[in-house]
Amino acid sequence: MRFPTVASPHVAPAHDVSRIMRQVMLALVPGTAIAIHFFGWGVLVNILLTVSAGLLAEAAMLAARGRPLKPFLSDGSVIVTAWLLALCLPPLAPWWLPVTGIVFAVVFAKHLYGGLGYNLFNPAMVGYVVLLISFPREMTQWVMPQGLAAASLSLPEAFHVVFTGQLPAGIGWDALSSATPLNLYKTQTGQGVPLSTIQQQPIFGTLGGVGWEWVTLGWLAGGLWMMWRGIINWRIPLTMLGAFGLLALGFHLYDAERYAGPLFHLFSGGAMLGAFFIATDPVSGSTTPRGQLVFGAGIGVLEYFIRTFAGYPDGVAFAVLLMNIAAPLIDHYTPARVFGARGGRA
Amino acid sequence: MSERILHRFPGGLHPEQHKSESNGTPIRRAALPERLILPLRQHIGQAAKPVVAVGERVLRNQRLAQAEGYVSAPVHAPTSGMILAIEEHAVPHPSGLSAPCIVLQPDGLDEGMRAFEPWPDFCAVSPLLLRERVREAGIVGLGGAVFPSAVKLAGTPGTPIHTVVLNGAECEPYISCDDRLMRERADEVLRGGQILMHVVSAERCLVGVEDNKPEAIAALREAARLLGDARIEIVAVPTIYPSGGEKQLIHVMTGERISRETRTTERGFLGQNVGTAVAIYRAVVHGEPLTRRIVTVTGSGMAQPGNWDVPLGMLACDLIEQAGGYRPDVARLILGGPMMGFAMPSDEVPVTKAANCLLALASRDAPADPLPMPCIRCGKCAEACPVELQPQQLLWDARAGDFERAEKRDSLFECIECGICSAVCPSHIPLVQYFRYAKTEIWQRERDKDKASQAKVRFDVRNARIEREKREREAMLARKRAQLAAQKATAEPAPGEGEAAPVDDKQRAIREAMERARARKAAIQGQAEDPPVDKA
Repeated sequence: MRFPTVASPHVAPAHDVSRIMRQVMLALVPGTAIAIHFFGWGVLVNILLTVSAGLLAEAAMLAARGRPLKPFLSDGSVIVTAWLLALCLPPLAPWWLPVTGIVFAVVFAKHLYGGLGYNLFNPAMVGYVVLLISFPREMTQWVMPQGLAAASLSLPEAFHVVFTGQLPAGIGWDALSSATPLNLYKTQTGQGVPLSTIQQQPIFGTLGGVGWEWVTLGWLAGGLWMMWRGIINWRIPLTMLGAFGLLALGFHLYDAERYAGPLFHLFSGGAMLGAFFIATDPVSGSTTPRGQLVFGAGIGVLEYFIRTFAGYPDGVAFAVLLMNIAAPLIDHYTPARVFGARGGRA
Repeated sequence: MSERILHRFPGGLHPEQHKSESNGTPIRRAALPERLILPLRQHIGQAAKPVVAVGERVLRNQRLAQAEGYVSAPVHAPTSGMILAIEEHAVPHPSGLSAPCIVLQPDGLDEGMRAFEPWPDFCAVSPLLLRERVREAGIVGLGGAVFPSAVKLAGTPGTPIHTVVLNGAECEPYISCDDRLMRERADEVLRGGQILMHVVSAERCLVGVEDNKPEAIAALREAARLLGDARIEIVAVPTIYPSGGEKQLIHVMTGERISRETRTTERGFLGQNVGTAVAIYRAVVHGEPLTRRIVTVTGSGMAQPGNWDVPLGMLACDLIEQAGGYRPDVARLILGGPMMGFAMPSDEVPVTKAANCLLALASRDAPADPLPMPCIRCGKCAEACPVELQPQQLLWDARAGDFERAEKRDSLFECIECGICSAVCPSHIPLVQYFRYAKTEIWQRERDKDKASQAKVRFDVRNARIEREKREREAMLARKRAQLAAQKATAEPAPGEGEAAPVDDKQRAIREAMERARARKAAIQGQAEDPPVDKA
């Protein structure tokens, strides 16, 4: 009897890219739900916009590159990228902002580098940075958290605002928007206002900013779940948050009125989301065990210095992109030690 | 017995076991088929050389082919019968390769001969003779590596062996031939261990068995108790693939990490499969050469999974037929386990010393190669790699054709080809296949380089020879010219000698002959004249 031959091993695959991506999405759900709760339907509108534009851009690029559509569209990677980018954008931003960001991310950061698996930089962060540099005004107009805002919008109203720029009658932008806590911290410490005074403002909460602290706790929960499921390992998140927190602690101890403490830093802005969901992107990050420690710590250090001393209120995106550049070099200098290579270890 | 502290090797995998399909029934003895095909190379090393002629009748245990060179193994007749042919026949190989085989037609009498003198009291026999016996009996590693056991028993000069490791881990899913063997012939396994300890003067013998084989462990412990040999220890090791890799098993039981370039004997370990231990026991104590082995016939594509005691050379199709045949939905036939075994294009190949398992998978268990997606460098392969390689990095090297980097920096040759990286890859990339390709590519390049440098040497030698010959010829000519010039120089002062000097022998002979003729004529004409005088 004759049989077809295929290469070993002859076992059903244990994992699947699309399954991994689905689990990442699942891990994003708690934080996203909390974000919608505090910052309104605009968060969801952003996600829907980036995901649909992202899928379209992906399909167009796959077609242009002559790649099969189905396996690549269904792998879920573009949805994760789009979702992460959406979470970094201000809710109620005009529709073209998220669309521009994701199209740039998919077309330039992903496909022009060779598509899934070949991109040098984290596509979501590339999209974010392009928007931040190109449209600073739109990118810094954040909405006020639930409980502080004078008004809230329904989902249809949110859509209406995003697509027309027209607020419902009787509601002004002042009633909805404000600077983020990190932004206030940045500008006001820059003006010499002592931290204790700054943190008197209602937008500051127990850990970070009102709402923000809950959202970041959501990212933390999702991240720990991914760790437990073995989707990500501890190295990058821990070293990133560790280096970041330790620097914050050091500066805080040096001058508590000028530098905020580690808790405020960890539970504000993009630190948590970045540590668990963005820096852990395996494609653009370091892959050797020791390299991941260096990679994570590098992001943490850069993030702190950008947040504290550079022109932008948060630095996750820049820190991640800068370390993306360094990842191949880090991998080169941190080869893994193979079994028994350094003689016996009894 | 004090509790041994076990160690954990990096990575590993928990594949579905599928042992219960085949390990529940005793080993059955296969009936003799109509024909046995005995490949001359069933081992690592040089093929054996036939010592029988076509048409000759042979007896069971008779040597059919002798070992050629140090790393080789003889082949013996599993039964009595007629040598039909010594010819090329398909052998178990992924590409359906043919190789020289001895074709034996059993006569059904199964008439045996005593191949060797039985040595029941092996302790009284010198290790050297025992090692020679192991070699003469054609024993090779029956775990699948088929490395000639006698070569391994020679060890590393200057390094004493302290521990014999009997490998009964059998970590590949589906396979249960060692499991059944340990249950049914535990005593022979341990006596084989004792012989090995005697041969290499080891202090202890560790028998490593995965803890998914409690019956085998119990049988071995009972046999050890009856033997009363305190040097033997049965160690239940955790069930995790690939604990049956020799170096992995040694690490689990002793904590010793041995890299690829170090042989286990260099660290004082001698590893042998439990089946090999039984074969050694039979060869030494009963004087029997290796002519049979236990084969697991299993999988969702087989009608009746089980274990069979099979004469070497029996065709897989004959064995499978005896075992009840295939199920209708059979889709793939694998020699070995699902992780490291290879799919065979045909079942018309003989069972060899390496064949531990014939695994037939039904179509539902034999998924066609899924479309490989790009590597996302998730690192699952690196986490699961038992030798701590970075398969994702090696993949880049292999794809880019950067074999030097793969070999030097990313330690390609440490890869034991266990298949875990391929099994865990979420992008379904056939990683092991890439690494096999890279290895053969490197070997090929080395051969090409060797060939090229040999050709270069030949070319240089030829050039040198031509050069030398040219020089010699010139030197000779120069000498001759010089000689001539010298002759000329000596001849010149006396040119007055007339034409005689340049005239050669022939002309002189003619002239002389003419003078003789003239003289004779003159003599005839004038008898009264003076007798002719030769002027010359």
